[in-house]
Amino acid sequence: MALAMTSTLALGFLAACGNTDSASGGGSSSETVKIALQAPMSGGSATLGEAIKNGAAMAVEEEKADFEEAGFSLELVEYDDQGDPQKGVSNAQIIGSDQDVYGVVAHLNSGVFIPSSEVYERYNIPSVSPASTATDVTDRNLKSVNRIVARDDFQGPAGAEYAVQEIGAKKIFVINDKTAYGQGLATAFAEAAAEEGAEIVGEAGITVGEKDFNGVLNQVSSADPDLVYFGGLYSEGGLLIKQARDNGIDAAFMGGDGMDSSTLVEIAGDTVNNVYLTSVAGDSSATEFAKNYEEEYGAKPESFSIYGYDSAKVLMEGILDAAKENGGKLPAKDKVATAVRAIDDYEGEMTQVSFDDKGDNEFAKIFIYKFDEASYPAKIQGEISQ
Amino acid sequence: MTQVWDTLPQVLIDGLTLGAIYAIIALGYTMVYGILELINFAHGEIFMAGAFIGTAVLIGLTGLGWVAVMPAIFILLLVLVITGGLTGMLGMGIERLAYRPLRKASKLITLITAIGVSFLLQDIVRFITETQQNNYIVNTPSLFPGSLSISGLNIRYSFLVVIIVAILMMIALEFFVNRTKWGLAMRAVAQDQDTASLMSVNVNKVISVTFFVGSALGGATGVLFAIHYGTIDPYIGFILGLKAFTAAVLGGIGNIRGAMAGGMLLGLLEMFAAANLSAITAGLLSSEYKDVFAFAILILVLIFRPEGLFGRAAIEKV
Amino acid sequence: MKKILEQIRGNKWLQLGLLVGYIALTSLSLILAQRSVAAFLLLLLSFLLLYYTKLPNWSKWAIGLAIMFFILPFSAMQGPAYQEYMDVATLVGIYVSMALGLNIVVGMAGLLDLGFVAFFAVGAYTYGIFATAQASNFMPFGTYPLSGNSFWIFIILGCFVAALFGVLLGIPVLRVKGDYLAIVTLGFGEIIRIVFNNMDQPVNITNGALGLSSIAPPKIFGIELLYSNQIYFVVLFILLFIIFAVRSLEHSKLGRSWKAVRENEIAAQAMGIPLVKTKLMAFAIGASFSGMMGVVFAAKQAFIDPTSFTLLQSINILVMVLLGGMGSVPGVILGAAVVTILNAQVLNELTMWFNSLSTAGIITLPDAMSPVKMQRFFFGALLILFALYRSKGLIPAKNVVYDKRKFLSEKGTKKRLQSVAAPKEDEHGNTGS
Repeated sequence: MALAMTSTLALGFLAACGNTDSASGGGSSSETVKIALQAPMSGGSATLGEAIKNGAAMAVEEEKADFEEAGFSLELVEYDDQGDPQKGVSNAQIIGSDQDVYGVVAHLNSGVFIPSSEVYERYNIPSVSPASTATDVTDRNLKSVNRIVARDDFQGPAGAEYAVQEIGAKKIFVINDKTAYGQGLATAFAEAAAEEGAEIVGEAGITVGEKDFNGVLNQVSSADPDLVYFGGLYSEGGLLIKQARDNGIDAAFMGGDGMDSSTLVEIAGDTVNNVYLTSVAGDSSATEFAKNYEEEYGAKPESFSIYGYDSAKVLMEGILDAAKENGGKLPAKDKVATAVRAIDDYEGEMTQVSFDDKGDNEFAKIFIYKFDEASYPAKIQGEISQ
Repeated sequence: MTQVWDTLPQVLIDGLTLGAIYAIIALGYTMVYGILELINFAHGEIFMAGAFIGTAVLIGLTGLGWVAVMPAIFILLLVLVITGGLTGMLGMGIERLAYRPLRKASKLITLITAIGVSFLLQDIVRFITETQQNNYIVNTPSLFPGSLSISGLNIRYSFLVVIIVAILMMIALEFFVNRTKWGLAMRAVAQDQDTASLMSVNVNKVISVTFFVGSALGGATGVLFAIHYGTIDPYIGFILGLKAFTAAVLGGIGNIRGAMAGGMLLGLLEMFAAANLSAITAGLLSSEYKDVFAFAILILVLIFRPEGLFGRAAIEKV
Repeated sequence: MKKILEQIRGNKWLQLGLLVGYIALTSLSLILAQRSVAAFLLLLLSFLLLYYTKLPNWSKWAIGLAIMFFILPFSAMQGPAYQEYMDVATLVGIYVSMALGLNIVVGMAGLLDLGFVAFFAVGAYTYGIFATAQASNFMPFGTYPLSGNSFWIFIILGCFVAALFGVLLGIPVLRVKGDYLAIVTLGFGEIIRIVFNNMDQPVNITNGALGLSSIAPPKIFGIELLYSNQIYFVVLFILLFIIFAVRSLEHSKLGRSWKAVRENEIAAQAMGIPLVKTKLMAFAIGASFSGMMGVVFAAKQAFIDPTSFTLLQSINILVMVLLGGMGSVPGVILGAAVVTILNAQVLNELTMWFNSLSTAGIITLPDAMSPVKMQRFFFGALLILFALYRSKGLIPAKNVVYDKRKFLSEKGTKKRLQSVAAPKEDEHGNTGS
């Protein structure tokens, strides 16, 4: 035990003798600008989290030259929030205490973004989300919280309108996965569909991680709807579609942006026909971005990759704007937050961006897709603007 | 009420499939508990490992081109045997490394080791899968696609396969335990370890064989699960294991026939609850509560009839 | 070498001097090298060293309190990573309290409880429901959200509500033993989580999966406590209260009844220990600590939802108790600190270190094996290794040793005669603080 004491004393000496470079950029160089990124890179939404990271990384690479000219060195730091609110908040604390971070490309899951954004707000670091759709994100009127995609209270009704008017569904069964996102979206959809005149013949909830949905599907068969709506993520959505078709349920399926992923097609295979999808992410396969992405990462981009890209670019635009106003020097963080919020005509690769006074994007659109065969991405059917 | 009646046949069929899976996993729990009085918390993970190993073998065989050539039944048997063997050895290995040194220790410590093994297995499978493909969700190629439709009932072929294989495995186990010498030795060790060793039974070997058989069965069930549901991830073992343990307790822990009955019963009850809970309670409780249902059954059984449906009450002696 | 160690071991003043020097060194290095996590951890390690010195109890407590209240916040305050360190320290405080609660149930009373996080959830939701507009959905009177001033009352309220749930859990499982108890409590934990996840129809009590956001932060004398360093002191006060409570319980009649029940229930009953009351008290008290910390957690995070209260958390706390040493108060504190810091900081730092190594091209660790994702692996391995080789934990529980000679000496006899109803214990100097 005494040996332990002596060795810890020695360690203490070592720690004292300068450990200053264990921090990335010892805190005194005022020319480093970091963009932080938090996304779920493990867990059930890892595909989408990785996609966002890759998109943002590409954006940062492209802007490095411009930032060098202005006298700053640009870096991206990534954190894995594991889809867990606690982890998101802990990482947010680390991000907050890092003085060089001037913006955060924030989160996929709304349930993680909401608590973490309280921390970003305290440190006045602007955050832009490429994918969080829950209404509560911006409804709290925080000055530094923004998003470039549409909200669930726009996505739900847009989907409902399409379902009742274009698909002609009169009886709809609504399923949700009992998470903040899934439940919020399904509720918004159900309310709007009822207003449009459709009949909600049943509602049910499933648990994330379940594999056997026969119980719920039995309820669906007896209710015999024209359309089944699912608010949830691709891992459960894919299985639901597959088991429904195997059970002889031919009704059309509709889901939200959580189902927009290549893994959905992998899981559901050939049964993925007659499946509609509302997504806040447009089809990026024909863009320049997609080509570069494929070259860089050797795989096709996912739906949210380009939004990760645009979010990062919007943040960097805000930083450069604020720096210009500050006479070419690094501005204070709350000035950056104001500059980001003030953006009202940014042309992104995929979407135009203009933040309203709550932080929502006035140009955000909802896209409707349909799967006719087992290939990703699906075919775009239409888009609805605000 | 009519909804309940109308869907009853379909619920029965779906429930039987689920029940068969619970039943065989419950067998693994009950055998180990009978011999060692230990809840093998890691058994669910062995089932999960079986699902993954089976998928890997199946994908390998598909790559070799065998699947296209040979009839599906033969492929299934081949995969079952290979997976069963491998998971059996995994189970034996775990017993040797993690449980045998703790045989004299308190129950608490062994339970904690079992939890540790369970976590370890989950994460090992996760990062092996994630390194191969960015995701930890794996899709199993389907061996028996298609289904029968009889008077409105939808019976998938894989369901028939699962039920038949499960029943065969249960009959084989019955035979093994009740008609062979090894089975006799197992029953002896379960009854009284010291006396059995006096009767020249090699207790350590018997325990290893018990673990082998239990784990092999669990792994084979994993393959059946993978083929029937088509998608697996590293976390399926945990909840299924818990429910299978409930089934084992429901039937009477240590009792093999009890485990089979308990599993079937639990599967049927759960499927019934999932399909009809909202109809019965007029929307108050809905199908998310089906897990709560299973746990509630467990708690009720343990409070009111701890020896289970088929067990005999054990009197605690000082 | 040995001689120096012998000297140190024998001489109290030398120990004191070395300890003070160590504390000064590490806090200085923390001030100078702000982002050095190593320095922060070493400063925390000084608590452990403090425990092993042979100074009299009162001075150990004095030094410990000084570090907790002054030195730690002061040294961390000198730089930008202040809130990050205070956040970690606050988390450590929260988990230490919960581990102490579980220690009573598992370590002292021997009741294996795998659903402990349920009481944490109960405490958190108790405060959360009333500190947001949620309560207006079902409460016929009062205006909600309640202001942060009510936080202090809610700590006590959370304590009692959680204790109530503890008793409710305890009553049905009184007859269940050993492994079965573990599974049953696991079931209860899951049930509570699922129920909270679904309690939004027909009456919206918990807002289901959407969670409760914008929970009012605690207010004292008109100041809102928003930052981690302020919550840190709140946590510290509650933690000290809990440690005090646990120590008194441990050496009281109740504590001894728990240990008796743990060793052999039937023998304990035969000795006249009321089994029902003892077990229920264990559940209730253990749960109440969790409940208090649940309230603090809700106020700190400002957002709670059922996904923070999963089985993994319960196992987390169990690992802390096992690692530290079941039944041993200093051990559990150490275990909780180690596990929390592992989770909150060390794994993160390891991942970033590995990342920097792979960008430098030295080793490339596949993404799937990054230490942050390997949490379950490390926990599983830790559990197995500790259960196999050190099942008593890092600081095993010690039984109080009575020195027969002292007890029966004149002084002892006089003392005994003076307090016949409640005999005072005579601790051997070496059994730590």
